[in-house]
Formats: sequence, structure tokens, C-alpha cells
Amino acid sequence: MQAVEFTNVSFGYGDGETSSSREVLKDFNLTIEKGEFIALLGRNGSGKSTCAKLINGLLTPSEGEVKVFGMSTKDKSNLFEIRKRAGMVFQNPDNQQIASIVEDDIAFGPENIGLPREQIKERIEYALKVTDTEKFRDAQVSRLSGGQKQRVAIAGAIAINPDILILDESTSMLDPKGRKEVMEVVRTLNKEKGMTVIDITHYMDEAVEADRVCVMGDGVIMATGTPKQIFANGEVLAKCGLELPVSAKIAQKLRENGLPIPDGILSKEELSKILCELLRKI
Amino acid sequence: MRIVAENLTFTYNKKSKFSVDALKDVTLTVEEGSFFGIIGHTGSGKSTFIQHLNGLIPVEKGKLTVGDINLADKPKTVKKRYKELRSKVGMVFQYPEYQLFAETVFEDVAFGYKNFYPESSEEELKNAVFSALSLLGLGGDTVNKSPMDLSGGQKRRVAIAGVLVTRPEILVLDEPVAGLDPVGKNELLKLLHNLHDSGKVKTVIIVSHDMDEVCENCTDVAVFAEGRVVFKGKPKDVFANGEEMKNLRLGVPVTGYLSEELEKNGVKINTDFTRDDFVNKVVDFYKNNR
Repeated sequence: MQAVEFTNVSFGYGDGETSSSREVLKDFNLTIEKGEFIALLGRNGSGKSTCAKLINGLLTPSEGEVKVFGMSTKDKSNLFEIRKRAGMVFQNPDNQQIASIVEDDIAFGPENIGLPREQIKERIEYALKVTDTEKFRDAQVSRLSGGQKQRVAIAGAIAINPDILILDESTSMLDPKGRKEVMEVVRTLNKEKGMTVIDITHYMDEAVEADRVCVMGDGVIMATGTPKQIFANGEVLAKCGLELPVSAKIAQKLRENGLPIPDGILSKEELSKILCELLRKI
Repeated sequence: MRIVAENLTFTYNKKSKFSVDALKDVTLTVEEGSFFGIIGHTGSGKSTFIQHLNGLIPVEKGKLTVGDINLADKPKTVKKRYKELRSKVGMVFQYPEYQLFAETVFEDVAFGYKNFYPESSEEELKNAVFSALSLLGLGGDTVNKSPMDLSGGQKRRVAIAGVLVTRPEILVLDEPVAGLDPVGKNELLKLLHNLHDSGKVKTVIIVSHDMDEVCENCTDVAVFAEGRVVFKGKPKDVFANGEEMKNLRLGVPVTGYLSEELEKNGVKINTDFTRDDFVNKVVDFYKNNR
């Protein structure tokens, strides 16, 4: 079954008449299979966050339909079930922190879906462990740094054990290692538990890790494909305001300077392997 | 204006069970004219440090001077100079566009100026606002738009213009490009360099988590860990500590990683870790040894 299905969805903010109203999605179609790991890219304002909010019914389409595991977000009686199954981590952690103490904040989701006490405890321990937030479990949320808050927000989403995890630039304040660790956790949940992941990001090297990349622009999907396909498509990159990952940029410069470096290099590991082979021989 | 911190120490929630030592004996000088990068893992004390620079957090222990303003002076004496300090040290927080509030871009940028110079004439205000906006590449019909109608990158530039409007000598930005798309990110970095190169802002301090960004853009770097400064210096010296940087959860730029891997294979590339230099050195090595 499809995890998420957008069918001819249109959505705009405002009433269409005032100067601040604008149409964000126009006849938008996107299908995400269960178990997929998707990176959603596009410029600021291209509608990525709107998509995320349409999936868990925070917004409903003005035209068309969004279905999550076959349930339409238009039917209000589906919303509780949809939100239980599609966990969301917002860009700004301050928007989703409720309790004053970290542990209580993570408990909010599992409590809300009515899990038994013992299971709530297990979920909290698991979420604290995988997001490396154990050491400040008793801390006040308001006293944490931006990055620490972001980890707590991710822990809160993982604690409800959703079938779909939506990350809306949820790692933007993390240090590089923290970002890598969080993405590894998400990757593991995706591989081992079949959790569908929708990762909205501006980090090109994060997008490289996805199964499939979808690029948004002008209210529609401009391109979709494997990371290799997308990053080989210079036209889409330029049109949608994307750039190559750093390693790919270096590879490109080396190639322009006459080094025999093959196309399609996206990660530093790939580039290092090729450079070592090339320079060691001489 | 030079910034000198000596043994600066700060604890949040002192005397409570929630107390956190955010800064421990931080000794650091930021020279006038530098494009200074502050890096560190989340919760390492970076934000606490920069909030000291314009008096948002009063000095608790240790010394701190910004230009000729001694922030470790008696609270009464320091407070008298806060206004001057805050007009000289502009502070741009994480996601500053969340602080936009006025109906038009003009009004939003004007707010800061009016706060600092309530006596100024309409003419002076207009000049200050328009010049701040133009420094950030915003002009024309943007001025009368609602900030809410702008793109993410534009909103952020408006927020920065609201700080630049008082013409600070030092501009401090906490993760200025976080959450921007690549185009917005590159535009903003270019604008910051223009401000710095033209002397409109003498010193730029950025907090960043992106080692590649710091390496490409900064003249000097300080690395924070657990409230202390563990490395400071030129990017090429700081990023030469590959192993330690990895242990600090930060890592090195991609060029640093590649240099390390090459060295393990007996290829020594003596680079300053900027992308252009790395490419040039690799190309030289290839051509000279072929």
C-alpha cells in the first residue's frame, strides 16, 4: 500500500484576494511507497513544509485529495489515526515542545495515544537512547540549546513509533556528528522497521543518502529520481536553486583541471577512493 | 574594536539543581577586521559566549572588553554603556526572521534605528533604512511589502538589515545560513563578505556547524567544547587537528578528510583546506608526478 498519495492537490494561503495570499501547490501529484526514504528538496517557499502539513492533516487541500495509508485527510474522523501513524518534526523545535522537563515532553505523544504506562516508559527510554538525550532527561526544555531541543523534538516523534516520519529541516541546528547520528537512527528505523521517511532538507549531502529525491518548484514536482540521477541533471539543479554536494563540486573542479575523475561522484568516500587510486599509482 | 575575553566563566541557573556550566575560563581575542568563525557541538557554549558580547548576558566571572568598554566593570558603570555597546555590536540570532513583526519592510528595519536614535529626523531615518536595505541587496518595491510576503532568504536579509541599520562595527550572526536553500545561502555569504571587504562592517563573527562553510569563509576560527575554547587560530591550523576535531563531534571539511585519506596512502598534499587550494595542489601533484 502507498504510505502517502497526493492526487491533483491544490493549496494556497490566504483568500486569494489580499496581497499576502498565494497559491503554493498546483495540481500536485506525489506517491510515496511504504518503506521508502525520500528527500524532498526545493527552494525556500517552494511548498515543502506545506506538503508535510498536508500529510498529517494540519492543512487540508483546497482541491484534490491527500491519502495516508488509504485514509483521506479530508475526513476528520481519520485525523487521529493519521497523526498517530505520521509523526512530524518541525523546523523550529520551539513550535512543538509542550512540557517543561525533557522526559515529560517526550512522554506527551505516547500518553496522548493512550499507551499503557509500562510501554510509555519503554518508548521514552528508547527515544532518549537513540537520540542521545539521556543525559539531559531531567533538564528544563527551555534551558537547552537549539540543537539539544531539536534532538528532544526528534525523540518525541520517535516515541510514538510512527509508520511515517516527516522531518522538516529537523537537523538544521545540529552539529555535523549529531546530524549524522540522527540520520543513522532514522536510516535504521527505515531499514529495520520499514518506517517510511520523508526528509525535507537543504543539506545536499543528506539528500544523497535517500532512496529517492523529489525536487519541488513552482508548486509541482519538477523532478524525481535517485540521488545520482538528480545531481547529474544540471538543468534541474539550476532551475530549482539546488547545488552539488561539496564532494561533487570538488570532483567537478578536478575534472575541469584535467584529472580523469568519473562523473556521478556524490560522497567524500567515493571521491577519496578514486583520488587515492589515481595519485598512489604515480 | 577588538574583543578580548579572559577566563570568562558563566553558569546558568546558579544555585539551582538545574545549574549548567556554560562557559569555563574562556580566553579568546577577536581582532578587528577578522571574519571570525565560532564552531562547537550543540550546547558547547557558543551562543552563551556571543550573548556576552553585547551585554545580553552580564559578565559573572572573568574579564571581557569590547573596544574600550569593560563589560566586567561594576554593573552600574556597565549599564550606562549598554546602549553604545549595542549599537556597535549588532547581534543576529538564529532564525532572525521569526522576529519580523512590522507591517512593512521599511517599518521593520526602522524599528531598531528609532530605538537607538529616537531624536533623529525623518530624513536621517529614511537614509539609514534605505542604506541598510541596499547593503543587503534589498531595494525597489521590497521596501513597502509586508515581510511575510518575502522568500525565506529575503526575510532573513530584512532581519539582518534591522540590525545593520545602526551601523554596528561588529556584526555577530548565530548560524546565519541555517535553513536557507543553497541559493539563499550563497547570496547571504556573498553579502556578508561584501560588507566586510568594503569596511561597512569591520568585524564579522559567525557561529556555524558547517566546517566547509567556516573553512571557505573565515579568516580565524575558535572551537568550543564543553564551555571551553579548545582550538583557536587560522582554519588551516585548526583543521589540521583531524582526529581531535572528530572526537569533538565536529569533523573537518571535505578537503581535510580527503587530505587525510591521501596521506594514509602516501600522498602528502600540503593544503590550507580551502577548496580552490586543495584542487590546485592535487592538480599540481598529478601533473608533476605523472
